[in-house]
Amino acid sequence: MKKITIGLASCGLAAGAGRIKNIIFKEIKANVSEVDLMETGCIGMCYNEPLVEVFTDKGRWLYGNVTEEKAKIIIEHHSKDDSPIIEWLVKADEIETEDDTFFQKQIKIASRNCGIIDPTNIDDYIAAGGYKSLEKVLKMTPEDVIEEVKKSAIRGRGGGGFPTGIKWESAIKAAKDKNVNPILVCNADEGDPGAFMDRNLLESDPHSIIEGMIIGAFAISSNEGYIYIRKEYPLAVERIINALEQTRAKGFLGKNILNSGFDFDIIIHRGAGAFVCGESTALMASMQGKVGEPKVKYIHNVESGFKGKPTVLNNVETWANIPVIIEKGADWFAKIGSGDVSENPWNGSSGTKVFSLVGKINRTGLIEVPMGITLREIVYDIGGGIPKGRKFKAIQTGGPSGGCLPESLLDSPVDFDTLTKAGSMMGSGGMIVMDDKTCMVDIAKYFISFLKEESCGKCTPCREGLIALDRILKRITNGKGRNGDMELIEDICATMKISSLCELGKSAPNPILSTIKYFRDEYEAHIKDKKCPAGVCKELISYSVNDNCTGCTICAKKCPVNAISGKVKEKHIIDPELCIKCNVCYEVCKFDAITVK
Amino acid sequence: MEKVDQIIEKWNSDPDFVIEMMQDIQDEFRYIPREALEEVTLQTKVPLAKLYHIATFYKSFSLEPQGKYKIQVCTGTACHVKGAPLILDAFKRELNIEIDETTEDDNFTLEEVRCLGCCSLAPVVMINNDIYGNFTSDKIKTILKKYDEVAL
Repeated sequence: MKKITIGLASCGLAAGAGRIKNIIFKEIKANVSEVDLMETGCIGMCYNEPLVEVFTDKGRWLYGNVTEEKAKIIIEHHSKDDSPIIEWLVKADEIETEDDTFFQKQIKIASRNCGIIDPTNIDDYIAAGGYKSLEKVLKMTPEDVIEEVKKSAIRGRGGGGFPTGIKWESAIKAAKDKNVNPILVCNADEGDPGAFMDRNLLESDPHSIIEGMIIGAFAISSNEGYIYIRKEYPLAVERIINALEQTRAKGFLGKNILNSGFDFDIIIHRGAGAFVCGESTALMASMQGKVGEPKVKYIHNVESGFKGKPTVLNNVETWANIPVIIEKGADWFAKIGSGDVSENPWNGSSGTKVFSLVGKINRTGLIEVPMGITLREIVYDIGGGIPKGRKFKAIQTGGPSGGCLPESLLDSPVDFDTLTKAGSMMGSGGMIVMDDKTCMVDIAKYFISFLKEESCGKCTPCREGLIALDRILKRITNGKGRNGDMELIEDICATMKISSLCELGKSAPNPILSTIKYFRDEYEAHIKDKKCPAGVCKELISYSVNDNCTGCTICAKKCPVNAISGKVKEKHIIDPELCIKCNVCYEVCKFDAITVK
Repeated sequence: MEKVDQIIEKWNSDPDFVIEMMQDIQDEFRYIPREALEEVTLQTKVPLAKLYHIATFYKSFSLEPQGKYKIQVCTGTACHVKGAPLILDAFKRELNIEIDETTEDDNFTLEEVRCLGCCSLAPVVMINNDIYGNFTSDKIKTILKKYDEVAL
């Protein structure tokens, strides 16, 4: 046993990896003399957290779902004769595991180091080839760097999908016209609920983002960079601040970087919790200490952005791709992905995309896949299908600006343009899988209520449109839907699409329109039959005990309002007058004896 | 107010960084006292009305004192799909408070938060800096007891 690593990103910590680390530390002290215990980030296999990897002369052994008991046994076993415990392995060099299919279709570029290196130690990043691309770039001309990025055809990973090289070039042109230096910003305000790709990159490999930014700064001749990061990610903030300090100490950041005469530094701004600040003009207002209200976009940020200077804004994942494009070359990158981008980046989607695969899916986690892969491959081959043998209903992509796609579209390739055509969008990378127990009207209500709260209120169509939509959807899910509600919804959505000021309002109707398009019968069941087919909307469902009941009494014991009665070994009864529909009985019943309809 | 002065000084009284100052004040006092905002106005020359606008626009600010422990029930999309609204209801019942309210003993404030970025372990609850994944409502009593004991 040479080294042990433990995944300590937020997901690992949430699964109890902190406790496991303490146990392993104690066990090592007691049993073994020389072995390194190292922290790492998240390899993406969140469904197997906590993850512990053991490095030995015979190879690497990754153990999943490590409990305190298992941790002790693993250490004991390896300290004896270094043989692995095969049945607990989730990944290994020589041995095949059930989980291998999770990685088979993945290509890791942006997340290449996640879960492998120690994110708190710059030397680990350097040992993995880090900052080599920066050294290479400093010997190139800025024009050549831009040419390389343009040739890679990489498009913005934040969701917009604008070709990065063209953006950089426009900023340079505007800066020359104005005779100022452009500003460079990293958008780390990952606001989409259900998406955490950037959180993981920031926590697990902060240096790849920083290196990408320094390369970008050199290419556009910027001396001033910012990272706008959301406060809800305390560990990510801590790791990026720590990484910046180490980068400065090594001379990669600050004055006269690696004696090249090039100066560049990065300042952190913490977002204070506003979804709209992911919008570029709102983000820049927030960085100047103002409320995050978007501006009309007839002037682009690349011409006049932060403090009126030409500004290049790219998201975390885009920046993390840059060092690899420089290292392996634009041609290599452009070959991965879909479409022929050799003439024009808009003709396809090159490279990979990181997605957070979550919701009703067996293998929840972070995946990085080549553009053009189908949704079916993601859900079934990588994600392992739907838990408990339930039926797939929809996959939601693009966050609150995106939509829900049904089973009939599972064979669609995942790229910028196909998803948009289907009524959703790529977005920043959230993918939430839904099964037949998910109500699509409730999902639409969820997103609209989210957006209603997050709308900045500046323009009328977005502010008032969302209030009206929220009211109608609440009415429908409460069983008070009226004839004509569907038409009214479509009317309001059309107005918002045309007349809202920024993308938040323009794209806000997507969650409703896509669910109406693909799941219209569910809306009709709510409005006409006053029924929620998925058994979610509280006003339209009732709980009862069916004949599967064995009289085990657990539901009666757990019911918070004592609505369930019955004798031991006899079928129980739920009093509908007392029942608050909290679902506790359904969750605790081991015999599938609770019917919700 | 000495602490407030130190915070403002840390950001060089720069009006561009009032949001940062307010975040530090929030962290220090668990809310933003009016006197602190007045001090920020005095030193940065940003009008009090603008600061009030900021304080009410961004989610992480509170103008009311908060409990010792902030319970954040994540209602991001993955958590929502996996039953977060029911967990939120269970916390309300257990603590006998509504969202954004604080218990009478000042121990707990209940908040709904849209995405803590732990979607793979949904549903997720965060209490101060402790994250709990794969949360179920039957864990609530035990967990609250743990914090109650520390608070005593």
